[in-house]
Amino acid sequence: MQYDDIDQEILKLVQGDLALESRPYLKLARKIRISEEEIAERIRMMQNRGLIRRFGAVLRHQKAGYTVNAMTAWKVDPEEAEPAGTIMATYSQISHCYLRDVVPEFDYNLFAMIHVKSDKELSQLLGDISRSTGIKNYTVLKSIREFKKQSMQYID
Amino acid sequence: MLDLLQKKFPIDVQPYQVIAQKMQCSEEEIVKQIQAMKENGIIRRIGAILDAKNMGFYSTLCACEVPEARIEDVAAIINKQRGVTHNYLRDNQYNIWFTLTASSNEEVQSILKQLECDIRIKIISMPTTKVFKIKVSFEMSGTNAI
Repeated sequence: MQYDDIDQEILKLVQGDLALESRPYLKLARKIRISEEEIAERIRMMQNRGLIRRFGAVLRHQKAGYTVNAMTAWKVDPEEAEPAGTIMATYSQISHCYLRDVVPEFDYNLFAMIHVKSDKELSQLLGDISRSTGIKNYTVLKSIREFKKQSMQYID
Repeated sequence: MLDLLQKKFPIDVQPYQVIAQKMQCSEEEIVKQIQAMKENGIIRRIGAILDAKNMGFYSTLCACEVPEARIEDVAAIINKQRGVTHNYLRDNQYNIWFTLTASSNEEVQSILKQLECDIRIKIISMPTTKVFKIKVSFEMSGTNAI
């Protein structure tokens, strides 16, 4: 997908943390000599075009009360992944659900990120997902430590 | 307030003013509250979440089996790599899991090859073939909801 030099300058700004000032786009507007309105409009356009998936606050889950964050991986026949993935997507506790091209050493291919508030809630949910999708073979990869979590810097 | 900041953040030349109007308080008050939420760590940042694929980037989930004694060293080497956005210790035989994003599949493969040399451990790479869900905001109100 294409974006021009002005879009690139804007993306460079908004991929980071927006200034907590009354007019956060003023400095960039002056630098690249366009209006703040045009910057806002271009951000909206880039959202419509799908370059920007979401615009707003990025939270830390743990701090927001979701202390149990588990990556779960389910073993499913790739041909049967579609219904299972569609069912998983309906759970509000699942933030991400992807089918992956896996390897023989680790052959659980349907990944779901679960965010809940207790271990009890996690085990109940796993049972529920297993029943609703019909997948019995899964593994839970609980996070023990976070070494790194940051947003991708797409533009230098 | 958090819901508003996450899901309905105004794309406006004066976003905090717009939020203040919705919340029926002053812009100064909103700025103060956001500042506090950034300081106590609830808010990591405010800005755009870009779509790696639509931006023309390639990303993959990687894992490796690291002996206990080498976890710190290996995690530090992986952390230093540009394009590694998430890196976790997990309770599995494969204990270090990280995501790598780069401008092409070729670049991803070459970074992984170099990383394998640096850590002297095989890395498995599991790229996404289908996305069923990406939810990046969480419900903050309500009792049992996310």
